[in-house]
Amino acid sequence: MATATEQWVLVEMVQALYEAPAYHLILEGILILWIIRLLFSKTYKLQERSDLTVKEKEELIEEWQPEPLVPPVPKDHPALNYNIVSGPPSHKIVVNGKECINFASFNFLGLLDNPRVKAAALASLKKYGVGTCGPRGFYGTFDVHLDLEDRLAKFMKTEEAIIYSYGFATIASAIPAYSKRGDIVFVDRAACFAIQKGLQASRSDIKLFKHNDMADLERLLKEQEIEDQKNPRKARVTRRFIVVEGLYMNTGTICPLPELVKLKYKYKARIFLEESLSFGVLGEHGGGVTEHYGINIDDIDLISANMENALASIGGFCCGRSFVIDHQRLSGQGYCFSASLPPLLAAAAIEALNIMEENPGIFAVLKEKCRQIHKALQGISGLKVVGESLSPAFHLQLEESTGSREQDVRLLQEIVDQCMNRSIALTQARYLEKEEKCLPPPSIRVVVTVEQTAEELERAASTIKEVAQAVLL
Amino acid sequence: MANPGGGTVCNGKLHNHKKQSNGLQSRNCTKNGIVKEAQQNGRTHFYDKLIVESFEEAPLHVMVFTYMGYGIGTLFGYLRDFMRNWGIEKCNAAVERKEQRDFVPLYQDFENFYTRNLYMRIRDNWNRPICSAPGALFDVMERVSDDYNWTFRFTGRVIKDVINMGSYNFLGLAAKYDESMRTIKDVLEVYGTGVASTRHEMGTLDKHKELEDLVAKFLNVEAAMVFGMGFATNSMNIPALVGKGCLILSDELNHTSLVLGARLSGATIRIFKHNNTQSLEKLLRDAVIYGQPRTRRAWKKILILVEGVYSMEGSIVHLPQIIALKKKYKAYLYIDEAHSIGAVGPTGRGVTEFFGLDPHEVDVLMGTFTKSFGAAGGYIAGRKDLVDYLRVHSHSAVYASSMSPPIAEQIIRSLKHLMGMDGTTQGLQRVRQLAKNTRYFRQRLQEMGFIIYGNENSPVVPLLLYMPGKVAAFARHMLEKKIGVVVVGFPATPLAEARARFCVSAAHTREMLDTVLEALDEMGDLLQLKYSRHKKSARPELYDETSFELED
Repeated sequence: MATATEQWVLVEMVQALYEAPAYHLILEGILILWIIRLLFSKTYKLQERSDLTVKEKEELIEEWQPEPLVPPVPKDHPALNYNIVSGPPSHKIVVNGKECINFASFNFLGLLDNPRVKAAALASLKKYGVGTCGPRGFYGTFDVHLDLEDRLAKFMKTEEAIIYSYGFATIASAIPAYSKRGDIVFVDRAACFAIQKGLQASRSDIKLFKHNDMADLERLLKEQEIEDQKNPRKARVTRRFIVVEGLYMNTGTICPLPELVKLKYKYKARIFLEESLSFGVLGEHGGGVTEHYGINIDDIDLISANMENALASIGGFCCGRSFVIDHQRLSGQGYCFSASLPPLLAAAAIEALNIMEENPGIFAVLKEKCRQIHKALQGISGLKVVGESLSPAFHLQLEESTGSREQDVRLLQEIVDQCMNRSIALTQARYLEKEEKCLPPPSIRVVVTVEQTAEELERAASTIKEVAQAVLL
Repeated sequence: MANPGGGTVCNGKLHNHKKQSNGLQSRNCTKNGIVKEAQQNGRTHFYDKLIVESFEEAPLHVMVFTYMGYGIGTLFGYLRDFMRNWGIEKCNAAVERKEQRDFVPLYQDFENFYTRNLYMRIRDNWNRPICSAPGALFDVMERVSDDYNWTFRFTGRVIKDVINMGSYNFLGLAAKYDESMRTIKDVLEVYGTGVASTRHEMGTLDKHKELEDLVAKFLNVEAAMVFGMGFATNSMNIPALVGKGCLILSDELNHTSLVLGARLSGATIRIFKHNNTQSLEKLLRDAVIYGQPRTRRAWKKILILVEGVYSMEGSIVHLPQIIALKKKYKAYLYIDEAHSIGAVGPTGRGVTEFFGLDPHEVDVLMGTFTKSFGAAGGYIAGRKDLVDYLRVHSHSAVYASSMSPPIAEQIIRSLKHLMGMDGTTQGLQRVRQLAKNTRYFRQRLQEMGFIIYGNENSPVVPLLLYMPGKVAAFARHMLEKKIGVVVVGFPATPLAEARARFCVSAAHTREMLDTVLEALDEMGDLLQLKYSRHKKSARPELYDETSFELED
């Protein structure tokens, strides 16, 4: 019975449908579509994106007050009152009108005012003028540049070298030329600022290991290896680099290169070595930290150094195998997009290399001097010597911090100032405190050069000792 | 593949009478060669100062052929890569060390595809070594390749006296030593070449001080600071000015150093269309109204990054409009005058002078000494508080060696020369000669029917070649005719817009320019480079020789 009724209802409905006027059907159709739309649309609308009226927008624009472009700097900020050097910053230096012995400029081999270097630069000035007026690609390549690259490659016993027109830009451009987003870079905590900037530009994953701590590096490499096993597809395209310095600018310590090379082959990571302090210093012929340890230079994938320290010119270079170095000629930003090195500076660097090659004894002399002052500076109460005894640039830190960096800096500056009064030119190692990844403690940096005589070194050490005693006790 | 012009983007029309009025006006400003005068003169009419800039679009068939060219090159590249893989063709590229074959490859294969297969074919047109000063004429060392450009061999011959259309030697101040460079020699003999320390430590020499004061004086601003490298001036100082929570609005064609600096700063970067003030205004409005994405906090500050003259387009920044926008939206303006300082403006003081604006309207004036001044390095100038802040916080001042003293002396010499402090008007004459040469050269090229990009006052003159094959042919033929040209293609330009880029110099004589123009005319017919569909006009009277005479 029930089914019969239902059937009848159905028939009636169909009949009603036939009989219904068209407008009715259309209306119902629209209603059905409307219901479907409501079912599938969101139940409520967020009123959050209610558009602002033009007036409101204008008000917002009116209201917005940006921060000043630069915050004010106190007038007495030490950096606003740089030491002013009159004349050349060579062995004898005139700082703020007072003649001192220079223990602050990285002129390790005393080539800065070498007459031969000057003569070479002058000859170049006469031939080429000053500027190059173009990047290397666009007629900024001079025969001098090619010569210098050849000479550097020969000096370092590598296949190829490439020069940059600025020391800082060298490693900072070299790293991002190879290491890209997604690649992994293991880097020493004490790495200098140029390396830090290069890493930042590369946008790679950065893993910091404790300064010169190979166990810590190995731990990180192992962790990465485990990670790689989980995702071998990704691991196949993830390049790994270890970035270290030969002699660390910030600590004066030497890197344990033999261990690094072992780790390199064990974990298949390439080594980039920054040698700005060790080039022209370490090793029997000044070949740097590879020569010092007797390591095959081909085991290091890339060596970079600036020509502003030992060579006392301007600029920097990278060297290594052509397979690696040549890539920078199109990918090193500081190389491609910057004007090339003024030829007179390149000529000065070539002459400096000549001098280094002719007098290999100079490096032993430098080492001896480093050792001497290093020894003489031991045992100052309140100050400790940080750095190897073979490093020509090392640090004097407070044995005990006063607790505030500002106070420490002030104390050290007092020592520097008093030494300056007694004709020893020193400087604190300066950092951008907010920018450094791992800010080193404040320190006075002592730089040794071959021009300093034994007496001068002795005098400097005793001056520092006396002044430190007076200031710190 | 943004076609930066998107057709003919002109703020004015290419009518000759307008140009003429323009020319007259700028001459008004130079009358006394004093900036102040220029400012006063300019202020009242800088808005009606027309920016005559053209980016003519290429005919369709040219674009089709260009892409076809790349297509064929790519196909052959794949074929040859295939043959190299199977050992049919010898591979000349350097290879990984045997011991390191199992390392993760240092380069992705596709990364180098373009280099290996397209660039390598035409590589001889770049990095041509020279062995003389980069003056109006230079000597190119002849080199040949026995293995299709994989390696080069020097023949020992020197191609003498090639006309230099490539170096950024706008004022002709990069030249062989002469008596006027005596001071550089003296400085070199006293100071040596290096400094071996940073500005903060022991590297601030009296020379730097002298130079900075002079730069500030030249630019008519409160203070200036100089740095050892132009590229680094951007990349190491922008991070000191802005950081997280700040917004950078950057022109899409900004130089790599600006891009790198912006990236290193950690600020959010948004790109606006080349020299397009509508695009910039939209970004500015949205930025101020909506604040930072997600957090919705207001931006701390907004910095607009632009260049004075764009090195690949030859366009001049639309400064008055941008300054109006910057004021309206309280943004800051950073302008890179690498290619404009010394090169534009009635007395060579850059784009602010070109438009007759007060240099203090721009918050950060940056420029380099590499181009017009024939030296190296860069500066940042502006208000004293800005420069003081940079003295303390610039990455360069703390970590990089300061400028070499003889280089500083070259800049000092050039500045004094331009400012007439050497007791002559030769400096000013150079600037005028450059303007004259620029207009002559551009005008003639246009008449010949080439597509030329950029502003009629810009000494950077890009001539569009489009097709990759023509790039090489053009550069090689021109060298045969003893003319050194710069050609640029992808990735420095959009893929389909390969071009030759000439830099006009004050040192070019009319004869040299005529020689070049004649060669170009011939080359244009030979290689079918005269793409322009604009009506070729007869020479207007302005380019009559007499109208360029100096009013001494």
